[in-house]
Amino acid sequence: MNLLFREALLSFRRTPLLSLLSITAIAFSLFTVGLFGLVALNLRQALRGVEERVEVVAFLLRGTAPETITLASQDIASFPEVADVKFVSEDQALVQARRELVEFKDAYRDLQVNPLPASLEIRLKEGFRDAAHVAQVADRVRGFPFVEDVRYGRDWISRLDQLRNMAGVVGLIIGAAFGLIAVVIIGVTIRLTILQRAREIAIMRVVGATNWFVRGPFLLEGALKGVLGGFMALALAFAAYTLFRGAGPLSTLVFFRPLDMVLLVVFGVLLGLLGSLLSVGRHLKEV
Amino acid sequence: MIRFAHVFKSYPNGALALKDVSFAINKGEFVFLTGHSGAGKSTILKMLFAEQRPSSGDVRVANYAVQTMRGDDIPKLRRKLGIVFQDFRLLEDRSASENVAFALEVTGARRDTVPARVMRVLTQVGLAAKARAYPRELSGGEQQRVAIARALVNDPAILVADEPTGNLDERATRGVFQLLREINTSGTIVVMATHDLDLVRQTTYRTIEMREGAVVYDSAADEKPDELS
Repeated sequence: MNLLFREALLSFRRTPLLSLLSITAIAFSLFTVGLFGLVALNLRQALRGVEERVEVVAFLLRGTAPETITLASQDIASFPEVADVKFVSEDQALVQARRELVEFKDAYRDLQVNPLPASLEIRLKEGFRDAAHVAQVADRVRGFPFVEDVRYGRDWISRLDQLRNMAGVVGLIIGAAFGLIAVVIIGVTIRLTILQRAREIAIMRVVGATNWFVRGPFLLEGALKGVLGGFMALALAFAAYTLFRGAGPLSTLVFFRPLDMVLLVVFGVLLGLLGSLLSVGRHLKEV
Repeated sequence: MIRFAHVFKSYPNGALALKDVSFAINKGEFVFLTGHSGAGKSTILKMLFAEQRPSSGDVRVANYAVQTMRGDDIPKLRRKLGIVFQDFRLLEDRSASENVAFALEVTGARRDTVPARVMRVLTQVGLAAKARAYPRELSGGEQQRVAIARALVNDPAILVADEPTGNLDERATRGVFQLLREINTSGTIVVMATHDLDLVRQTTYRTIEMREGAVVYDSAADEKPDELS
């Protein structure tokens, strides 16, 4: 074990520049993934409040019998996507309108007849507040004969979805590109180490070292670079986070949870191991 | 301990390195493998430690069937062998004792047993006083002794030596050869490839002569029991 670490650390001393390059490449890969992850995370956080208000409103035909509405409400409330259903009568709608639409207060006060229809406000459960589910529920509600019209912020919701998905995809693509570069650089570094140590490796084999014993130091080297790259990426991400948080309106930004951070570092280790494994597998046969 | 039965070895380019080679070496034997360069000596030695496998035929070394053994078993086979090369193959950045200890470390020997075992074999090869010397500070004969110590430290059943005296002057050659004879006396099989015919003629050890990949002479097959002692 001791020997293993000694051998792995030796290569950092022998090729410091290349080692630093590998670590930086891993760090940038993870930083990119992390940065877009943070954007997605914060977007989700910010949208959570908004999303809770995602609802489908069904306007009812005037003169619908209250029993019919009660039955329908129960029916809709039992949809798997639906959190709750609230009946808003014509009078309540007027009161609400007067309260919320202050600009039109006078107009509403002078009315002889209430022009506002009664409605059912349907809130969806968490996890169903995306464009597809909202549209599904709306379609089903539209099927009731006493429903005159169904409204929901279709465009708004789907744009929200797109934005969140795009942040994720862009992050993954750029992160993967950097990840590929990291794997290649690690591979090159390890190839150099193997060539430098060809003699030593040949002797190890002749005296009966197992393949895993010969590979061990190289794999450990890759994994160590992954860990260091992961920490560097976290530091970079934290710096970016602090920078943006300082800018007034973004003071509510959140950072990764501990589990996310661990995952990021683990991902770095995997990148490092992958680079080593590919290179060791190919070049160890040559010596 | 060692058995070759109708062994052929051909390379992808069609060249035939071994042609129907058969022989057996028993416990306690000292065997010279002679012949010109390219006669097949090195191929035979490489098969002994599974660096090469036969194209056909049966090679058995210390109960392992080299032609069919799993890659995982190759290190296990090699731990039962000691291997010595013409060019010593020492690590230049390690002292004599560190070079010997290396063979123990890579096979996972218990750390607390390493120094004693290293000193024991260095004493056996007569280099206890130079344990801390680096290869460049040692003569050719001394470097080969370190290599032999490294080969011995795992208590091998078989010592494989590929031209161990090829780079040495006459005096060093005598010393190294004497050391190999002593090792053989303690029961270890020694298989030594050489083209130093003077060395071969000095003794009555068994000699297998190779030419163009085939065994052309095996003194054990000769009916001269009075010369074998």
